[in-house]
Amino acid sequence: MVLLRRREDLVCQQVVELVSDYLEDALPRSERKRFERHLRACPNCTAYLEQMRVTIATAGRLTTEDLSPEAREEFTELFRSWRADGPDGPD
Amino acid sequence: MESDVELLARLRDGDEQAFVILVGRYQGSLLRVARTFVPSDAVAEEVVQDTWMGVVRGVDRFEGRSSFKTWLFRILVNRARTSGVREHRHLPLDPTEPAVSPDRFDGTGAWAEPLTPWESDVDDRLVAESWGPALRTAIDGLPERQRDVVLLRDVQRLPSEDVCEVLGITEGNQRVLLHRGRSRLRTVLESELQTRGR
Repeated sequence: MVLLRRREDLVCQQVVELVSDYLEDALPRSERKRFERHLRACPNCTAYLEQMRVTIATAGRLTTEDLSPEAREEFTELFRSWRADGPDGPD
Repeated sequence: MESDVELLARLRDGDEQAFVILVGRYQGSLLRVARTFVPSDAVAEEVVQDTWMGVVRGVDRFEGRSSFKTWLFRILVNRARTSGVREHRHLPLDPTEPAVSPDRFDGTGAWAEPLTPWESDVDDRLVAESWGPALRTAIDGLPERQRDVVLLRDVQRLPSEDVCEVLGITEGNQRVLLHRGRSRLRTVLESELQTRGR
């Protein structure tokens, strides 16, 4: 019985390896259930999952870096020359 | 903020302002991804410039079946592949890279110490902004294949099937790389927090 339980239940060290698949909705149904069952009983893994969510959200909010004035100038010039060549201009 | 689609419409009309905004929006990510495929920063810059030329010349042919981002990165990777590529797309993945250092767990695989909670701090928008640079540095420090996947999937938010297509990797590989990249970033944020104090 104890052995059976061990095979059934995920331990924390396994849970942290399944977090991305869980968030990507790539876990098979049964695995997903085991994962969620573990979370309900484990505040640490619940916090861990939340930390991963926050990490991903923070990455998604990274603002684009500003172009330097020189780069803006350069790309404006390039744009003009590419347009002047036409859509099928020389490569 | 204007959407890519709006900027593209202006670009079709020859609006150079719209072009410069688009370049600003994607230049950093393009350079980083390009750098994976070519041997130097200089070549990466050429490839990226070439990509923008492809955008300007090809914008009339872009049909919007994929998102602009996917189209853009697809052009990039195609150009990069034809200009002196390091072929490493099919290297096997290192099988052992735990998401969390094993010494954080006890003999049964449970957390040895309770996790220090920090996630609610970071979810605060202001705090998140101040963490941006640290995370940016951490992303730049990822192994390159993890970095590409994280950049496209989490920073640019491309759908996973587009990430696979652009990078020419399988869905399974993508998920492993994403998982490892994200796990490393989480660790960086965690240690950053401990350094800064609460």
